[in-house]
Amino acid sequence: MRNLIIKQFVTCVTFCVFISCKSDTVQLTEVKGKQIPIDSTISHMDSISSFVTPYRIRINEILDSTLAYAPKPLLLNDGKRNTSMGNLMADIVFKETVPIFKTRTGNDLDFVVLNYGGVRSIISEGNVSARNAYEVMPFENYIEVVELSGSATRQLINFVAKASRRHPVSGIQIITDKNRSLESVNIQGQPFDESRNYYVATSDYLVSGGPSVGFFNEIISITETDYLLRNAIIDHFKKVDTLKAVVDDRIIQLD
Amino acid sequence: MKRRDFITNTTAASTLIGLGGLSLGSCSNLGQKQITILHTNDVHSHIDTFPASHSKFPNLGGVARRATLVEEIRNKNPNTLLFDAGDIFQGTPYFNFYGGELEFKLMSKLKYDASTIGNHDFDNGINGLLAQMPNATFEMVNSNYDFSNTVMDGYVKPYKTYLVNGVKIGVYGLGIELDGLVTKKLYKETQYLNPYEIALDMEKQLKEEELCDLIVCLSHLGYDYQNPQRPCDTRLAQQTFHTDLIIGGHTHTFLDKPDVRTNQNGNSVLVNQVGCYGINLGRIDFYFDSDKNISAEGVSIEV
Repeated sequence: MRNLIIKQFVTCVTFCVFISCKSDTVQLTEVKGKQIPIDSTISHMDSISSFVTPYRIRINEILDSTLAYAPKPLLLNDGKRNTSMGNLMADIVFKETVPIFKTRTGNDLDFVVLNYGGVRSIISEGNVSARNAYEVMPFENYIEVVELSGSATRQLINFVAKASRRHPVSGIQIITDKNRSLESVNIQGQPFDESRNYYVATSDYLVSGGPSVGFFNEIISITETDYLLRNAIIDHFKKVDTLKAVVDDRIIQLD
Repeated sequence: MKRRDFITNTTAASTLIGLGGLSLGSCSNLGQKQITILHTNDVHSHIDTFPASHSKFPNLGGVARRATLVEEIRNKNPNTLLFDAGDIFQGTPYFNFYGGELEFKLMSKLKYDASTIGNHDFDNGINGLLAQMPNATFEMVNSNYDFSNTVMDGYVKPYKTYLVNGVKIGVYGLGIELDGLVTKKLYKETQYLNPYEIALDMEKQLKEEELCDLIVCLSHLGYDYQNPQRPCDTRLAQQTFHTDLIIGGHTHTFLDKPDVRTNQNGNSVLVNQVGCYGINLGRIDFYFDSDKNISAEGVSIEV
């Protein structure tokens, strides 16, 4: 009798364990969600910090070496229809793209159009380093040259002239009336000629964005330069001593 | 014979009840399981803590701090999984200089379990992503990008399952439409498939074939858009049947608390996103009981 009871007990415990604990089915009963801020109450893990350190040192060595000098700050809001920082960017793209485009196609670059939003930072007065180039152009955008018909070029110029944002240009002068309708347009010092095609250097972002971005509707051909915008900026900083870009008359609105 | 069975069963049942105090108590301890899900999104190469002078995130973030926090949580509950919802790359010179090597190596050191792919993870092209895969010990999951005509073919799983303390967890990934967001030259022949349709396929497979107890979606679709044509996490949640948690990214959304939506079965789905740049760590704890101990009240949610 005693043996029987023990046997029964063991059977039952096994049964119990089987149904309750070895069961494959578990069911969700409760969920708690929260967000933990990574703030100064949490200490840095030494092994992670020391792993990162050599990478950081190397980057800082390269980024913080002085490449040029800005006697005045280069800003994105200092002119009515063009800005010193935007002009610097567009002029850099023009100067650095002309020889590449000539070598690759035998053609001459006509002008440059960039988007205002693509210039991500100003440059403060003082020493200029590669770090400035990363701040101005953090994205991996490449310079591309598009060939446009005369009428597509007119559309592009109209778009830039009408835009509320001060899109950077170089190699072109656009004069508008007070309603921002075109008064006169000169490209490389020559009056705009709608009967010919033009070569325009820009960011691949605007080219691949297509009509939805607004700049380029009909593109006849695209020449890739394989040249990062940021690398063009860094190369330019290395070539010049001082950054002299100013607000000028490349886009003006007559009263 | 039938009567004899009945008696045997009754005896067993009454003995079981007699043992109830001990056996059910001990079994319910064994049967109660806590699974902790930790997550980040849109870290964008932010490895260092922001400087104290930073206007928006002073002295916040940093992967070395995140490592400490994750380790503390894992020490308390070893049944913890760590996920990322994409856009690991792009945002600091660490990416520009090293192409994502450091990001992947650090995520591996933190023992991330899986990540999905964000649009910026294509920023060095699909070849640039492939080049960093040897540095990742975590799984890349995405189910709505067809990589079969690209170099990434075979490197990305539609889903991954984990058996953690007897709880089976299925994780699938969803990515945003690349056209218009990423240059074709970068994503090449990657084909984007409808994320809602794929999500339903994935959760069905995880529920019915893989028999998962918990289903998590790592999404880089974005939290919510006004335009109903743009797929997003909040609408995804309401279209699913079996997904328990959507860990989102892309829109850099700082939520006050995880969002609770109702799915097609009338059950709750958590949608969470923790901003960006490694400023926060998301933490969702799931408590499971064995069937015997389930109360009739359903799932209690505390956010």
